[in-house]
This record gives sequence, structure tokens and C-alpha cells, in this order.
Amino acid sequence: MLGNRFLLRSKETSFFFKSLSFLPLFFISQNAFAEFGFNLPKGVTSISRDIYGLHMLIFWVCVGIAILVFSVMAWSMYFHRKSRGAVASNFHESTAVELVWTLAPLAVLIAIAFPATKVLIDLENTEKADMTVKITGYQWKWQYEYMNEGVSFFSNLDKASRDATGSAEARANHANYLLEVDNRLVLPTGKRIRFLMTSNDVIHSWWVRDLGVKQDANPGFINDSWAKIDVPGVYRGQCTELCGKDHGFMPIVVEAKSEADYNKWLDDKKAEQKAAAAAGDREWTKDELMVQGQKVYSSTCASCHGVTGQGVPGVFPAISGSKIASGDVKGHIAIVMNGKAGTAMQAFGKQLSDSDLAAVITFERNALNNHTGDLVQPATIKSAR
Amino acid sequence: MSTTTTDLQNELDAVEGSHTSHDDHHHGPEKGLMRWIKTTNHKDIGTLYIWFAFTMLLIGGAMAMVIRAELFQPGLQLVEPQFFNQMTTLHGLIMVFGAIMPAFVGLANWQIPLMIGAKDMALPRMNNWSFWILPFAGAMLLSTLFMQGGGPAFGWTFYAPLSTTFAPESTDYFIFAIHMLGFSSIMGAINVIATIMNMRAPDMKLMDMPLFVWTWFITAFLLIAAMPVLAGAVTMMLTDRNFGTSFFDAAGGGDPVMFQHIFWFFGHPEVYIMILPAFGIISQIIPTFARKPLFGYSSMVYATASIALLSFVVWGHHMFLAGMPIGGQLYFMYATILISVPTGVKVFNWVTTMWRGSMSFETPMLWAVAFVILFTIGGFSGLMLGIAPADIQYQDTYFVVAHFHYVLVTGALFSIIAAVFYWLPKWCGRMYNERLAKIHFWWAVISVNVLFFPQHFLGLAGMPRRIPDYSLQFADFNMISSIGGFAFGASFFLLTYIIVDCIRNGEPVKDARVWESAKGLEWTVATPAPYHTFDSPPSKEMILKESSHIHHVEGSH
Repeated sequence: MLGNRFLLRSKETSFFFKSLSFLPLFFISQNAFAEFGFNLPKGVTSISRDIYGLHMLIFWVCVGIAILVFSVMAWSMYFHRKSRGAVASNFHESTAVELVWTLAPLAVLIAIAFPATKVLIDLENTEKADMTVKITGYQWKWQYEYMNEGVSFFSNLDKASRDATGSAEARANHANYLLEVDNRLVLPTGKRIRFLMTSNDVIHSWWVRDLGVKQDANPGFINDSWAKIDVPGVYRGQCTELCGKDHGFMPIVVEAKSEADYNKWLDDKKAEQKAAAAAGDREWTKDELMVQGQKVYSSTCASCHGVTGQGVPGVFPAISGSKIASGDVKGHIAIVMNGKAGTAMQAFGKQLSDSDLAAVITFERNALNNHTGDLVQPATIKSAR
Repeated sequence: MSTTTTDLQNELDAVEGSHTSHDDHHHGPEKGLMRWIKTTNHKDIGTLYIWFAFTMLLIGGAMAMVIRAELFQPGLQLVEPQFFNQMTTLHGLIMVFGAIMPAFVGLANWQIPLMIGAKDMALPRMNNWSFWILPFAGAMLLSTLFMQGGGPAFGWTFYAPLSTTFAPESTDYFIFAIHMLGFSSIMGAINVIATIMNMRAPDMKLMDMPLFVWTWFITAFLLIAAMPVLAGAVTMMLTDRNFGTSFFDAAGGGDPVMFQHIFWFFGHPEVYIMILPAFGIISQIIPTFARKPLFGYSSMVYATASIALLSFVVWGHHMFLAGMPIGGQLYFMYATILISVPTGVKVFNWVTTMWRGSMSFETPMLWAVAFVILFTIGGFSGLMLGIAPADIQYQDTYFVVAHFHYVLVTGALFSIIAAVFYWLPKWCGRMYNERLAKIHFWWAVISVNVLFFPQHFLGLAGMPRRIPDYSLQFADFNMISSIGGFAFGASFFLLTYIIVDCIRNGEPVKDARVWESAKGLEWTVATPAPYHTFDSPPSKEMILKESSHIHHVEGSH
């Protein structure tokens, strides 16, 4: 069980393995095998374990059939070859034999179908949930909303991973390269959690292997799924439906905590969001706006518009020297807040706080080769809402 | 017109007392480029199709090399993610529509008339047109790479709305190319059906037809039913993109999941379009080199037909996670795993054909045996994917990538290579270099497994498909897979050399029956096959003698 918990590499993992080195050899090799990742892990929910059981059942059925079929083949290829003087016989049909090898596989399939049906019915039953989390896919990040708690945030690829795509050294120093986020989805253990999946733009798919949950997030529709996590820990996953340029760069990190720890986290998060909202009520200095703006820009805007604002010709417009970022400030605020229909430009008014919007617009107008000198205050954004 | 080699061959043919009695005044091929542009000859058109497919295979393969090179190690080294997505998209489209499908049509053009004792295809001018659409469609598809915003980058399955609202400008050219490729396929399919129905030797009953003809006959119906659905899907995309409709846009009352239903209603029959002719090829080759009639001829035919019918009712297994109600998931799971029954029958029949045969392992047989083993492995992973709850962990991971490459590369492509080695001596009257061909076989079969087998592990370890960069834990298997990929890619240089060397310098083959125990009407015409064959249909005796299963006239067992 421990081995499965620590399947994905993390700082905890390597420490764990080092501390294991005194254990009997077989135990280490078992974990080393898991580390090399030949097979699915059992996971940490009843569903993931049921799926694992099904997976192994079908796997062994296939292995059995393979041994049967391939040994008959191997036998004939060795013994019934012309170079060994084999003389071909002439038989070419047998209704009895053909009936057997039609009906026998059918029986095997029915035997597999029973447990598969049972598991499917269980995992499709999302009733009686203790709590609900709404997951919205965006190009290229996830939004998590804790229903009835008033807590909601975005989860982006962490900056360290983003910076490490071009540097082998940085990757080597990053224990969870491309599998770490800025804001983890924190969930309680022992609770039946219902997930609602939807999307803001294209189709995404939310997959955390150890939870046994994968479900497409479709724009305009809601899918659901559920999990009850048994073991506290950090579980990682990725978007599994091609969703554009940065499909490979929108990981998922779930942190499962005991109920008490989760409640504490939730209270902290609520306080934090309250403070963030209050930050919009005061006047900001230019330096403050620029520092915060750069942060928001690199997590929210840079994946399309480029780190230096150069864009991608023909796909994503540049911000450096653009008419919008150097022209009328009202137009700039409008496009950032409302997006542009029919393009990948999202309506960030719904995603970012007043202060973050003010900061990023100020940043775009005074950096990335733009020098308008304009200062946008959170109050301006508030009145534009 | 001066006496050509072909004419000499025809005379030789007549002297040898073959049934092909040719008119002396028929004309051979025209000279030069115009021969290929104007030709209505099924052999010429077959050759054109096969060379076109081979060219596209190399282009699509080069794209695969870009993909494997980028994935050789973690990090973004060679290409931008947007270009990477264009590579995966065009690699898939080109291999499916440019390489595998045209190669099978080429084989059908060459072989179906020869195998049913027909003079030519039933609709020769349409045959010319359905080929000559292809280079233009292929060129248009490739040209999107050089357009502003780049080529299609939404995967070969082009799910909306990534392919509609969020797609580059070049998508409209992609749609046009798909329409043209569809036209070509539908016309090719009509031609195959018309030829088999109308041009078959009068004394050849349907149940006397060789398995390759049978499987193509059934495939042609699949094509006619499936390709218009694809055309419908891309047309809806076109109007969504340009004319304000909202078929796939929820904001206008549409449904992006409906795109997937329509796509896979085409897409699932499509995968059988790419594998049924392969079944036919393998069913021709194994009896020849086992020196024993095909076991269970009629059950092979029925199995092919049932696979084809089932292929229309299982599309939902590609969409288990798209938000399908439980009833739908259960139905599609049951229907899907049911397909393994007729597919199993086929594998069992091939194995039983080998059993107590007198086998030899010339190159075509090596490829056929590799097909049976490796396609079966692809079938096993297919069965696993068909189990809806387990599919949660497999869907859209490298496990799926491994699965469909086992059935399409070591399945469909291997069967095409087997077919080319099997019939090439008949086509060009020369034998390929057996030693080199065997070296090539082992090179390719080992490297292709190094390439694709570790991808099963990658998928189970959690690596999604279609990503340009990955977490460090996937590094080892990706590097192994890439090394296999480069080796497999390089093997095609040797294959090209072997084929060209055979056509230009190969040892001449004189026997009509190139392989001693091959059966079928194609082995009764001279080698190389004359430009025109079966001006008069073969006799009933000959048809029965060459029938791929033992006929009652010879006394059954």
C-alpha cells in the first residue's frame, strides 16, 4: 500500500526511499519496480482499486489466451516446417472445433462483463455526496469551486516548471517537473466528494490516476464523477484531452488532508480570499502594481502572448507595441475583462480580482516594450464591472 | 508499335498454354509521363496508388520522427508545442488517409481483377480520377503547414470546438482536403463493388472468391457507408466556422459531444476499413507458405461480415468519458467486447492453418506471422480498452497510442508490406533480394516493438497522449521508445532500396506460379503480369482448381 501511495516522484518519495534502504531486499525491489512504472497503481479510492482489479483480471485473461495461441503457433512453426520434412495435411474445416472457439471466448467475455458492470454501476453513482467541487477547464488551467463554501481559485502550472522547460539542470532540480501547480486542490479524506466537470472554452479532461477519476470537461455541459479518498497524500494528474498549445502544461495536484486539517485549510483560504477582495478597495502604488502585474502576467497571459509579449504570429497576437496595449486604456480594460468572442482570449473579468486586473493591465502598458505611463487602479476596474 | 517486352510476355504466355488468350492488336502502355496521367489500366493505377501511399508513408514517418525526437528527453528542445500539435495531427491524418487507405486501394486495383479473372476494373475512367484526386488533396493538406497560423493542430480526431472556434485559418483547407480524400475513397469503393459484382469470371461463385477479394468487398461497403458521415462532420465544421451555425457550439444550442458521435460513427468503421483488407492479405499468404488450404474459409467470410456489421454499433467506446449515460456505456462495452469473438475466430483459423502444415518462411510469410502475433497483442489491449470502467485509466494515455499503433503499424502496415513482397515478383517479373529482405524484416520487427511496447508502460504510468513534454518519471521509457522509433524509421531506407533494387536489378522470375504452393487466378497469368490480362474469362475448372478452399469436386474430407 505504501508503495502505491508514493508512486509518483516527489520530495517525500525520495526521502521515503532513502529511509527504506535498511529493509529487506525484496521490499526495496518491489518498490523499485513500482517506481519504474510498469503498471497501474492500486490508487487510494475504492473505485481506483476496483478498476485496478478489473485491469489485472483482463490482463491475466489476455496473458492466458496469448500463451495458448502463441504456443500452438510456436509449436507448428518449429515442428511443422518444410525444412524439417513436415508434410502438409489437408484438413480445412471442422464445425465442432469452430463452435468451441466461438463459444468459449464468449463465455470468458461474459465472465468479465459481470464484474465490469458492477464496477461501472458503482462509479457512475454520484449520489449521497458529502461535498461538491466544481472543476472548470480553461486554456490552460483549472478552476476549482467549493460549492456552498464560497471558495474558488485557479490552479496553474507552477512557475518553476514553466521556467524549467528549457533547462535540463532546472528540471533535474524540480522533483515534480510539469506535475506541480501554484494552488493545489485540497480535499478531505474519508468524505464522499462529488466532482462536477465543465469547461470555459474547448474540451479538457480531468484525470487523477490514484483517485480513479477521469472525466471530460465539455463547454456548456456538466459531467460528474466522485471519489472518497482513504489516505492523506499528494496525488498528481494531467489534462488528458488535447486542448490546444499548452495541453501538456496544465497539471492537476490533489492534496488530501484529514478532515480537521482540511477544515483549517478551508478557513485560511476563506480569510485569504477576503483579504484579496479587500486589497481592491485601496489605492496601489505603481511599483506594487508592476510587481503583482508581472506575477499575474506570467501565470495567466504568458502562455499565449509570450514571456516578452511577442505572441505567436498568426495564432496569438503580440502585446509588445500592440494597438490595444498602447492605445486607449478603456479599450484595453474592456478586452481583458470581456475577452474576444470566437478566439482563445478569455473574459478575465470573471477570473481575476480587481487588483490583479489593475496590476496586469498596468504591467502590460508599462513593460513588454510598451511605455504608456498609464496607471490603472483597482477602483477603475470595479467601476468598469 | 514496336514489339515491347510486354508483348513478348504475352506471346510467351500464349505459348505456355495459359488461358489468357490475348488479341494481338491491343495496345500496351503509352510512353512517358502521359501514360500515368491518362491511364485507365488497373495495374498502372494500382502502381500509382502504391507509390503515392509509400511517399505519404515517408512524409508521415518523417513527422513521427519529429515527434519522437522532441520526446527523446524531457524539456522543450526542438519544436514549439503548437508545431508539435501540428505534427501529431498531420502524422495521423497522413498515415490514415494518405498511406494506409491508398495502399489498400492500390493493392485492390492490382489484385482484385487478377484474382477474379476480370479484364480490368469496372469503371476505369473513374478509377483514374479517384487516384488523381489524391495527390492534390494530399498536397493541400500538407500546404497548411506553411500557412499563417500553421496547419491543423487539433489531433487527427479534430474534436470541436478546438477545430472550429479555436482553430487556425488553415482549417478550411483541411476541410476541403478531407472532402476530396473522401470523394476518392467513395469512388474507389464503388469501383471495387462494381468490379466484383459485374466483372467476376462468370463461373466464380461468391463463395469461390479469394479472401482478399471478400474482405475488400466488405470493406468497400464500409467505405461507402462511413465516408459520407465524415464529409457531413467536416461540412458542419465548415458552416460553424464560416456561416454562423452552431452544430457544435453549446452557446448556440449545439453540442460539442455530438461532433464526437458523428466523428466516431465514421471513425470506428474506418479502423476496420484499415484492417479488413489486411485480414484478407494474411489469409492469402499463410496458406501459401503453410502449403495447406486456409482453415475455415466460410467462417472467415462470416467473421469478416460480422466484424463489419458490429463496427457500426460500437463507436461509443471512444467516448466513455465524454459524459455518456450508464446505459450507453454498458451497451457500448458489451457490443465492443463482442467484436473479439469473430476477431478471435480469424486468429484461431490462421493458427490452425499453420498447424500440421509444411511451413517455410520466405519474407511475405515472416511479415504475415509477425502480423498474427503483433495484431493479436493489439487486439488484447483493445479488449482491455473496451472494458468501460478500466478505460477510465487508459483513455487518452500512451496505452491507447500503443494499442492503435500495434493494430495499425504492426497490423495494417505489416500486412501491406507482406502483400508487396508476396505479389511484387508477379507484378514486375523480378525477385527481391531474400537475404536483404529478411535482414530488413528482423530490423523492422525488433525496432517497432522497442518503439511501441514501452508505450503501454508509459500510459499505465500516467503519461497522457499528445503532449510535447513530460514529467521526469516518464523519461526512461520515452528514450527507449524514441530509439526504437529512429531505428524503425531508418528501416524504411533499406525497404526502399530492396524494392527499387528488385524492380531494376532483381533476378528475373519466369514461373507463372511464383510461390510453389500459391493458389489463385493471379498465379495463372504470366510473370510479369501482362499489361492486359483475362481478355477472356478463366474456365470453371481453373477457378475450382485455384479456389482458396478445397472444393467438393476434389472430394471433401
